[in-house]
Amino acid sequence: MSIQVRNLSYVYNAGMPDEQKALDNVSFEVYNGQIASIIGHTGSGKSTLVQHLNGLLKPSEGTIIVGGTDITEAGVAMREIRQKVGLVFQYPEYQLFEETVAADVAFGPKNLGLDEMEINDRVREALSLVGLDVDEVGERSPFDLSGGQKRRVAIAGIIAMRPQVLILDEPTAGLDPGAHREIIDMIRKVHEKEENIVIFVSHNMDDVAALSDKVLVMDRGQLMMSGTPQEIFHQRERLANAGLDIPSAAKLMMQLRKSGCEVPVDALTREDAAKELAAYLQGKSRKC
Amino acid sequence: MLRDITLGQYYPGSSPIHRLDPRVKIIATLLFIVELFIVNNFIGFAICAAAMAICVIVSKVPLSFIMRGLKPIIIILLFTFLLNIFMVDGKVIWTLGPLEVTKEGLITAIFMAIRLILLIIGSSLLTLTTTPIRLTDGIERLLSPFERFGLPAHDIAMMMSIALRFIPTLLEEADKIMKAQQARGADFESGNIMRRAKSLIPILIPLFVSAFRIAQDLAMAMESRCYRGGKGRTRLHEMRFHRKDVISMIVLFVFLAGIIVERMLVESDI
Repeated sequence: MSIQVRNLSYVYNAGMPDEQKALDNVSFEVYNGQIASIIGHTGSGKSTLVQHLNGLLKPSEGTIIVGGTDITEAGVAMREIRQKVGLVFQYPEYQLFEETVAADVAFGPKNLGLDEMEINDRVREALSLVGLDVDEVGERSPFDLSGGQKRRVAIAGIIAMRPQVLILDEPTAGLDPGAHREIIDMIRKVHEKEENIVIFVSHNMDDVAALSDKVLVMDRGQLMMSGTPQEIFHQRERLANAGLDIPSAAKLMMQLRKSGCEVPVDALTREDAAKELAAYLQGKSRKC
Repeated sequence: MLRDITLGQYYPGSSPIHRLDPRVKIIATLLFIVELFIVNNFIGFAICAAAMAICVIVSKVPLSFIMRGLKPIIIILLFTFLLNIFMVDGKVIWTLGPLEVTKEGLITAIFMAIRLILLIIGSSLLTLTTTPIRLTDGIERLLSPFERFGLPAHDIAMMMSIALRFIPTLLEEADKIMKAQQARGADFESGNIMRRAKSLIPILIPLFVSAFRIAQDLAMAMESRCYRGGKGRTRLHEMRFHRKDVISMIVLFVFLAGIIVERMLVESDI
């Protein structure tokens, strides 16, 4: 299983005076077992890009191959693609509509035409993966839950379809720190359990550094860079030009170095930074 | 697909019609509608159409824009046309199975079609040449004399401008929700009419929830900027009658009188 995007371009309002190129010749691959993140400032084409990956938008040019099938070809069954590629939109809690949490999570599997037993199993499993108990919240109205819980229910609705590629568009936007951490842990847990491809859009460089195997940097509709978090976050200037930052741990290490400590500056996550600092403090070369 | 819907679209310009006081334009449109119902012969319609044509030419709004306004009512137009052709009693000129076309029916059908077309063109010219804000301002001022009898003129106008303002916002919201449900495998395009109606529930409920949320946020934002209704509220654009507005009003009433006289002089066609 892999997802391959080749020379993808998308033009809004083609042929009109306000024609606008939202995506310009974007190519990349993500392979099985990887977590990829897409970063870029507002309006750089991230959301447009992810909507192409499950066929909601049709590219003006280029191809998208998901597990061997070219989904841009005419006559491809959309249902099959959406089963393979699950897309969680920004603020997904605004799409909840059923009377009970369980019924809402079951909406996707039902649309796939599964039988009742299978649906119930999947609802239970999906809810437990996002850290909710079906016996506890299953019969409650989704509108009575807290913001973070609502979002987890909405994500469970996609997970219950068991997609081989799970895409999340800014999954932590607008959440408090506690709920934010829960969503990030949840993404990691789902990825380990389902062994799928996860692609997520984020503005939080700490999450990007902690989770991803691959980072795609979007700038004005183009794929500016792609690579491992190490490769990407060491190009500070280029990131700054695209209006992007580096993880806070990396920033701390840079600041320490600026104030005269000869610490290594490779760490991107808090854990790595702590290890490097500890090693530095115990070492003999210490100068501050 | 939802973005194709246009409502009360404004065509930017600076023609004399654009610059007219919105109150004059609203009154003119109302009078024109009344005149269309006073008219009972084709000569009267020719006069109305000519007056309309002059206004359209002066407004410099392209004809294609005006014709676009007719598109949504084509079905209604066809329906009334066919109904009139077949349902009016009189001299039979053509039969189609159990259906009979009468001479009177044909005339009534053409008559009604002309009336409807002129009605739509007349009212779309108002919205094409007036921004929604000026339009609601005009309505507020026209309704304000009735405030004395308890009519909340300001509130009605405010409600209208908010509704107009949020049409694009809600369309965008609907588009987003639709895509989100499609990503969950929802299917809006196949099945019979009952299935399709049922498939709208996953869109409508979140849309209503969003609408309430937006309304609450807006109310909060307005209150925190001290909005307390119309009383004592000043406005950015003061409306004043200029000479051109007074002249336009005189012309309008002379035209109305003319149409009444025409009805009395010329024999009715229906």
